[in-house]
Amino acid sequence: MKKRVLAAALALVMAGAMTMVPMSAKAEEGELIKVGIINNDPNESGYRTANDKDLQAMFNEENGYDASFAYSLKNDEQINAAQKFIQDDVDYLLLSAADTAGWDSVLQDAQDAGIHVILFDRTIDADESLYDASIVSDMAKEGETAVEWLKGQGLDEYKVIHIQGVMGSAAQQGRTGALTAAVEENDNWSLVTEQTAEWNAEKAQQIVQSVIDSGESFNVIYAENDDMAKGAVAALDKANISHGVGKDVIVMGFDCNKWALEELLAQNWNYDGQCNPFQASYINDIIQKLEAGEELEQKTIIMEEVGFDATTITQEDVDKYGI
Amino acid sequence: MSKKAENKEGFFRSLLRQQIFIPLAALLILAVFNLIMDPGFFRINLGPNSAGNMVLSGYLITILDYGSELAILAIGMTLVTAASGGQDISVGAAMAIAGSVVLRVLCGTNSRPDTLQAPIIVAFLISCVAAMLFGAFNGILVAYFKIQPMVATLILFTAGRSIAAWINNNELPIISDPVFGYFGNFIPGIPVPTPFFIAVACMIVIFLVLKFTNLGLYTQAVGINADSSRLNGLNPAFIKFITFVILGLCVAVAGFIKVSRLSSINYSVIAKDIEMDAILAVALGGNALGGGKFNMPASILGAYVIQFLTTTLYKFNVQSDALPAYKAVVVIILVVLSAPSVREYLGRIGKKYAGTRKEAA
Repeated sequence: MKKRVLAAALALVMAGAMTMVPMSAKAEEGELIKVGIINNDPNESGYRTANDKDLQAMFNEENGYDASFAYSLKNDEQINAAQKFIQDDVDYLLLSAADTAGWDSVLQDAQDAGIHVILFDRTIDADESLYDASIVSDMAKEGETAVEWLKGQGLDEYKVIHIQGVMGSAAQQGRTGALTAAVEENDNWSLVTEQTAEWNAEKAQQIVQSVIDSGESFNVIYAENDDMAKGAVAALDKANISHGVGKDVIVMGFDCNKWALEELLAQNWNYDGQCNPFQASYINDIIQKLEAGEELEQKTIIMEEVGFDATTITQEDVDKYGI
Repeated sequence: MSKKAENKEGFFRSLLRQQIFIPLAALLILAVFNLIMDPGFFRINLGPNSAGNMVLSGYLITILDYGSELAILAIGMTLVTAASGGQDISVGAAMAIAGSVVLRVLCGTNSRPDTLQAPIIVAFLISCVAAMLFGAFNGILVAYFKIQPMVATLILFTAGRSIAAWINNNELPIISDPVFGYFGNFIPGIPVPTPFFIAVACMIVIFLVLKFTNLGLYTQAVGINADSSRLNGLNPAFIKFITFVILGLCVAVAGFIKVSRLSSINYSVIAKDIEMDAILAVALGGNALGGGKFNMPASILGAYVIQFLTTTLYKFNVQSDALPAYKAVVVIILVVLSAPSVREYLGRIGKKYAGTRKEAA
C-alpha cells in the first residue's frame, strides 16, 4: 500500500514536471511567434554559453517570440525534442544539430506540418529542400584559414599532435579536413597522433601526456577548440616543453574564448580561429522576412569569421571578439 | 622434493583464494604486455618542469598521477557497495558540484579574480561540506526511503552538472594563482605528483579508521544481512547513510584535485564517466557488487589497474572514444568469472587437477 502511494505521488510529480513546459508554451497571446529551439548543452563550452545567451536575449516575449528551449549533446535526444516541438505545433524550429546525420525523417515531418526549419551554427546531411535557411560558420574555411596560417610559419618539419572534437560533429569534420589535406599534400608534414578528446580538456591533457611519455618529438598542437588546447598546454607545462611565439611548440586553438585570446596576447599560444556564436540577429532577420511573406535570397548564410595571430593581436581584439 | 612442491602448490592456492589476487593478476598481465610490446613504457625520467622544478615523468608516473582521483573514489565506493549492496552513479556529477563550489568560494562573484577571495583551505572545507550534504541526500534516499541505490543516485546523476553550472552562474571561472595548481600538479621541490600524496593520505586515514573503529565490521554485517545485524543491535539505516556521507567526502577530495589540474572547470565534461571507472575499480578488486565482504587494498589497487589500462590504451593510440569498449571487455570477463556457476566449474577443475597431482606423487 505504502509503495503504491509513493508510486502514485512520484507519478504525479513527474506528470507535473512534464506539463510545465507545454503549459508555458500554451500561454500564447495571439501574436507571439512560436519557436522551438534545439541547441547543444550550454555548459559544453564557452562558445555554447555565449551562443545560448545570444539566443535567449533575442527570442523572448519582449521581441515577440514565444520560445521553448531544449538542450542536448546527443542526437537522439535532440530528435525526440524536435518531435515534441512538432507536436506542440511551433511556427519555427531552430536547430543546432549534435550530429550531421539522421535528421531526414523528422525534418520531413516538420515540413508536412508546415513548420519552418532554420538551421543555425551547424549544417546537417539532409536535402536542402527540408529546411528554409541555414546560418552557419564555415567550419571547413575555419580549418583552411588555420592551416594556411600554419603553412606561413615556414617550419622545416611539421610534426603535429591533432586533438579532435567529438567525432562526426560539423566543427570536427571541417577543422580536421584542412589539416588532413595538408598532411597528405606535404612531405614534411606528419601527424604524431590524431585522437579525439571530445572537446574535453582532461582527455586532451592525457593524450598529450601520453605522447610526451613516449618520447616522440612534436612541434605543433592543433586542438579543435580552446578547452582542449588548454589541456594540452597543461601537459606541456608539466614536462617543461616551451610553447608560444618563438618557442618549441606552436599551440593552436579555436573559438576565441576571452581567456584564450588573453593567452595569445601573452604569447603563450600562437593562433586562435574564430567561430562566431552570435547568430540570433541573423535568424531574426530571416524570420521577419518569412513572416512578411518575402522570399529569401539565399538558403545558406555564412557568417564572417577571422583568425588571430599572437604576434599581431591587440587588446581591442580581445575585448571585441572574446566570448 | 614432493613435499616442497606441495608447499609451493599450497602457497599458490592460498594466493589464488586471496581477493587481491584478481587486481594483481590484471596488473601483471598489463605489465607483461607492455614489457613485450615496448619496454620503454617503464622508463622514468627526472627533469625540470616549466616552473623550473625537478619532477619525475614517464608512463608509470602518469598512472600514479591520474589514477589517484579514482583510487580516492574507490575507497568511498567500496564502503557504499559493501553496506548498501548497490553503487552510487552520481559521483562524477557530484565532483562537478564540489569543484564548482571550490571555484565559487575562491573567486567570489568575479569569475576572473586577480587574487583569491578566500584561503584555499576554506574553499576546500566548504566543498567538503557541500559534497557530504549531497552524499547525505543520496544516503537518506537509500537508507531511510529504501530506494535502490542506482535509482536514488540517478537523480543527482541527472541534475548534478546543472547544479554545478548554476553555482557559478554558468560562468567558467579561471584561477591565475599558481598555488592553487599545486594540488593537481607538483609542489615546488617535490618530484612526485601531488595527487598521489593526497591519495596516500586518504588511504592512511581509511586504514586507521578501519583498524580502530568498527566501521568495517558494521558495514560488512549490514551488507551481508541487514535484518540480523539489526537484531544484533546495529542500526543498518544509519550505517548505510554514513557510507554515503564518507563517499561524499571522497568525492570532494577527488573533485578538488580535478579542478586544481587546470585551475578551471567545464561542467559538462569534468570527471565524465568516472562513476563507471570507480564501480569497475570495486569490481576489479574482487568485491561482491551485491554487498557484504570487502577488501579495501584490492579496490585501491583495482583503481590504479584501471588507470594502467587507460594509459596503455592511450599509448597504443586507441581512439579515446573507444576506451569504454575495452573497459567493457574487462567488465564482462570479471562478471563471468565471478558468476556462481563458473566458480563452481573452476572449483571442480581445480580439485580434479589436484587429485591427479596427488596420485602421481
